[in-house]
Amino acid sequence: MVALTLRIDGQAVAVPAGSSLLAATRLAGLALPVLCHLDGLTPVGACRLCLVAIEGQSKLQPACTSEALEGQVVATNTAELRELRRMAVELFFAEGNHVCAYCVASGACELQAMAVTVGMDHSRFPYQYPLRDVDASHPLFSLDANRCILCSRCVRVCAELEGAHVWDIAGRGRHCRLVAGLDQPWGEVDACTSCGQCVEACPTGALFHKDDSTAEKHPHPIRALQLRRVHDLPPRPDP
Amino acid sequence: MATVGALPRPREPAGELAQRSPVTPGRQLRCCTASGCRAGGAGPLIEALRQAQAVADPAANGLVIKSVGCLRLCSRGPLLAWDGPGGPALFALGSTDPGTAPGAAIGPEQARALVLAAATAPGPDTLAALDLEAWRPQALLPEGSPSPGPSPVGVASAPPPSPGGIGLTWDQMDLDHPFFALQQPLVLLHCGWIDPDSIEEALALGTYGQWRRCRSDLSPEAVRAMVHRSGLRGRGGAGYPTGLKWDTVALQPPGPRFVVCNADEGDPGAFMDRSVLEGDPHRLLEGLAIAAFAVGAESGFLYVRAEYPLAIERLRRALKQAHQKGILGPGTGLELELRVGAGAYVCGEETALLQSIQGQRGQPRPRPPYPAQSGLWGAPTLINNVETLAAVPAILRRGAEWFAAIGTDTSKGTKVFSLSGAVRRTGLVEVPMGTSLRTVVETMGGGVPAAPGSPGGGVKAVQTGGPSGGCIPAHLLDTPVDYESLQALGSAMGSGGMVVVGEAMAMPELARHFMHFSVEESCGKCLPCRAGTVQLEQLLDRLLAGLAEPGELDQLEQLCRMVKATSLCGLGQAAPNPVLSALRHFRAEFLAACRAESPRAAFAREPFPAGPALGPLPGGRP
Repeated sequence: MVALTLRIDGQAVAVPAGSSLLAATRLAGLALPVLCHLDGLTPVGACRLCLVAIEGQSKLQPACTSEALEGQVVATNTAELRELRRMAVELFFAEGNHVCAYCVASGACELQAMAVTVGMDHSRFPYQYPLRDVDASHPLFSLDANRCILCSRCVRVCAELEGAHVWDIAGRGRHCRLVAGLDQPWGEVDACTSCGQCVEACPTGALFHKDDSTAEKHPHPIRALQLRRVHDLPPRPDP
Repeated sequence: MATVGALPRPREPAGELAQRSPVTPGRQLRCCTASGCRAGGAGPLIEALRQAQAVADPAANGLVIKSVGCLRLCSRGPLLAWDGPGGPALFALGSTDPGTAPGAAIGPEQARALVLAAATAPGPDTLAALDLEAWRPQALLPEGSPSPGPSPVGVASAPPPSPGGIGLTWDQMDLDHPFFALQQPLVLLHCGWIDPDSIEEALALGTYGQWRRCRSDLSPEAVRAMVHRSGLRGRGGAGYPTGLKWDTVALQPPGPRFVVCNADEGDPGAFMDRSVLEGDPHRLLEGLAIAAFAVGAESGFLYVRAEYPLAIERLRRALKQAHQKGILGPGTGLELELRVGAGAYVCGEETALLQSIQGQRGQPRPRPPYPAQSGLWGAPTLINNVETLAAVPAILRRGAEWFAAIGTDTSKGTKVFSLSGAVRRTGLVEVPMGTSLRTVVETMGGGVPAAPGSPGGGVKAVQTGGPSGGCIPAHLLDTPVDYESLQALGSAMGSGGMVVVGEAMAMPELARHFMHFSVEESCGKCLPCRAGTVQLEQLLDRLLAGLAEPGELDQLEQLCRMVKATSLCGLGQAAPNPVLSALRHFRAEFLAACRAESPRAAFAREPFPAGPALGPLPGGRP
């Protein structure tokens, strides 16, 4: 295995060639905020929270989709980056309808935690109060689009791991929304295997078990780990 | 009449093909049927002329009436170019009723008179003296109507009295006017001369000659070296050196490669690529074929936006003709396919465009890897803009050094601009790189006419690069047009849209207009562009409604910088540019739009403080 050495926030790190900058940062024992990234799924670089400054590059780069390169000097926690992250989280809160007080995911919500992480106590941007739907047609789970941050984790977990591709994003810009099947009620989508991986992958309370009430959605203790393990397995030999 | 600097008869060293079918007969009427003139009724006009010829004297039989691409001065359309003794000459048909398309208002008698005059006139002056009013239907002839001689180009002659029916005007355009004389057609060399639906005419002028030469005489390395030496840079906006891009694709590990032509021209006010597609599609196909040869690709795509139906129709026909002639397609080593977009502006961004070709949702993805390394279906893919590819045959034909001698040190060749907005003469101009904005906007375009009843008038700013570019104020009009100079002013070359803004336009209003465009066209994949542009537009709304405090300008600027720094693709990163450049050059207008600092100012929105250090806060969640 070829090892690369790079410097992240002043710290020298050695990582296997082919690692992402996000993996390298974690190997260095540093934390980078992420919302759209989930280990085991194809990174998309959409939430822009893991942006880092790479010496010699004028543009900030998302750590999740950037490959670590030999000799890179990376800053992950400058005052500029902190401010950009805080603004980004405020924009997330302002564009949806996020009410922690009666949210099923309160206490286990990654967006909520992110607000604390970046030091956001309120949004300086006016709330948009978009009109969004709730889909409770599935027998086990529900989708509350008000809480969706369009991270597309559910889309990817369903397409890449379950192979069902029930979810997708429709519309564009602020009209983007999560749709099941061919924009059908979730319960009518035959392709759905009711595996629940999308619910596990959802960082907020947008996808949840019907049984759960306020603050009762908790991450499955081992599923996220299993997800990673499945992804990293060598391809199954042909029978 | 002097021969013309601007639309010279193409005088390139024509290949052996040229001798076989001379393209220009003695007398012809070239009718512009590109989109601009179509809006002026060019379709019915050419139909009426052909019908008139069918029933006119045998004297009219010698006249060739053909449909051609853009004749440049779009504001005066429909335009007719006449070739004959003392020609060529350019004429504009106009109507006395601004609501009526002149081309649609022409009567059969008038058409017949026009055809006869064109077929028999001993010179352009005789044709210019043609009085269409005399042939008005209802035969209500105005007494002693003045003979309309050549009028200043771009300025409509006074409408004749029109008792009943719609009056038509018939004006000769002065081809020695700077609007034409300063043009240097290179990409548009054949546009306006050949019938875009006829491959024979294109072949007669030597099109596809360089493609043949590539395959028989040249190596891919030699072609790439030539493009390299020419200094050609991408005309889509970013200005990346074309030769370098070709090399990157060609030098990837062995395997399949693709070439793609980006014809998804979506910037408001940009219609250069459309004019190439509508006026000379074979040149583009040749350029794309040469590019494919140079990088070793055997298949390619042309991605055209659906909003260009005429361009799609003509390109499709051109492709079919090239297949029938055996120039492209099976046996030639190159398969080209046309793909039509579905109305998304973002698909002009290269990675989104490739996604769309693959049948996926048109959304950009982070680069690297660049398409040159991993593009269509993971294969190295060369993607170039229409104008870039259309310049390639000329480089091969005339030589890299010839091309590199045009333009400035860093920006070589010519650039086509679509001049629009408040300017007197709108249309298509192709000028050498480094021409000053003043030359283009004032000398060629005629500046901004003064509004009736208001003193002055004049150019306030020029918006270049559409929603990704910025405005350049009037006092900087002497800036030469090249990639670096425009960037230094906070604008961008962009694809070549040049919207002229008059004194009547409020700059915050213009900034909001472009921001609204970005809000509507954001694909929604990344947060800053999806949610940030919405907030930016609302901040501008507040400003224009007189509700904003002066402090909110800082907020506006800060959010602009955030969206610029953190968006995923070039479109998001460039979306705040119109606002930022307007703030830079016209800050006073923004301040004036704010409401006065009120006693409540202390309670107004707080400016953004710096966020606390990253990491768990005391008492916060881990």
